[in-house]
Amino acid sequence: MSSSTAEIGYNSKVEGEVIVTKADAVINWIRSHSVWPMPMGLACCAIELMGSGGSRFDISRFGMEVMRFSPRQSDCMIVAGTVTYKMAEVIRRIYDQMAEPKWVVAMGACASSGGMFRSYATMQGVDRILPVDVYISGCPPKPEALLDGMMLLQEKIRREPALKTLFKPRVVETKVVN
Amino acid sequence: MSAEKLQAELLAKFPFLAPRAGSKDHAAVNVPAENLVAFAKTLRDELSFHMLTDMTALDAGENESPRFTGIYHFFRFASNEYLRVACAAGNDAKPEIPSLVPVFPSANWFEREAYDMFGIKFTGHPDLRRIMMWDDYPYHPLRKEFQLAGKEAPLPGVDVFEGARTKIQPAEMAGGPFVSSPGCEPGAKDESWSDKKIKPRE
Repeated sequence: MSSSTAEIGYNSKVEGEVIVTKADAVINWIRSHSVWPMPMGLACCAIELMGSGGSRFDISRFGMEVMRFSPRQSDCMIVAGTVTYKMAEVIRRIYDQMAEPKWVVAMGACASSGGMFRSYATMQGVDRILPVDVYISGCPPKPEALLDGMMLLQEKIRREPALKTLFKPRVVETKVVN
Repeated sequence: MSAEKLQAELLAKFPFLAPRAGSKDHAAVNVPAENLVAFAKTLRDELSFHMLTDMTALDAGENESPRFTGIYHFFRFASNEYLRVACAAGNDAKPEIPSLVPVFPSANWFEREAYDMFGIKFTGHPDLRRIMMWDDYPYHPLRKEFQLAGKEAPLPGVDVFEGARTKIQPAEMAGGPFVSSPGCEPGAKDESWSDKKIKPRE
């Protein structure tokens, strides 16, 4: 047992149950540790995505294990797999239905660049229709690579000017006719 | 029963059939389009070819006639053998083949695929829609004049993408791990794994 009287960390007696910080830091801290991914599993990358949710790799260590299959409840779309032109419409619709703030991770070669599918049916990278934040290389990427990419996304979220954009009206990028 | 024997038997029995050259595995015959449905019915009911295992199509090229051919594989469980039947589409510009769906329901999706990829119209098909590409896609991708990279076309669900101003563009073949010279399919730079190369012996 330690008999040291040294105070480490937060001391409520001294600081009076008050933490002084910046709003940006708080908001970003909350956001980066509660990423709710929307698993857009389209091909074999989705298997690795599932693997990263298992006990061996355990994506919940980083606060992003809450995979939500409803776009209304998720804020990070992980595009895991080959994006065909036929599916592109669906992906874009689901992205549009997600609430702000939202991020996109292109997982694997296909989602990043079309991968080996240089063909008439395959979109050459999901960044043609979505604003991608993080690209993860690999075919498919190992769960470690996915975790690395997601940690990179957390880094990115922590650097965002959260307060500036908090009350800003949402930029409507698309216009739906009829 | 050997493939040659089956072929000879069929040719003797049905005068409208012609032998199909170049088949190295199964008995293969050419059948005129007007006899196709009746022939398939006879195969099913009298010769016990109970299963249509596969149906595909062939594009011989823009300058060939007949350009499009439908190819059917029938299977007979009793003798464990296949029969390949080819049926040339009459009109090269607007190819048409009678549908086999009334005889073999399994032809339904096969014919939809052949329609999607080659643009062959199967007359009498109950639901001839595209099965792989979306309904508004303007091309038939497996035709000879269609390049692998694709052609410029609007994206499906264009209302979603309005503002994104994106459309289908031919895939880039050059660069990356795959390379191609004009007119060729892309191949990998490193083909040391190739089957053609002799493997090192221990």
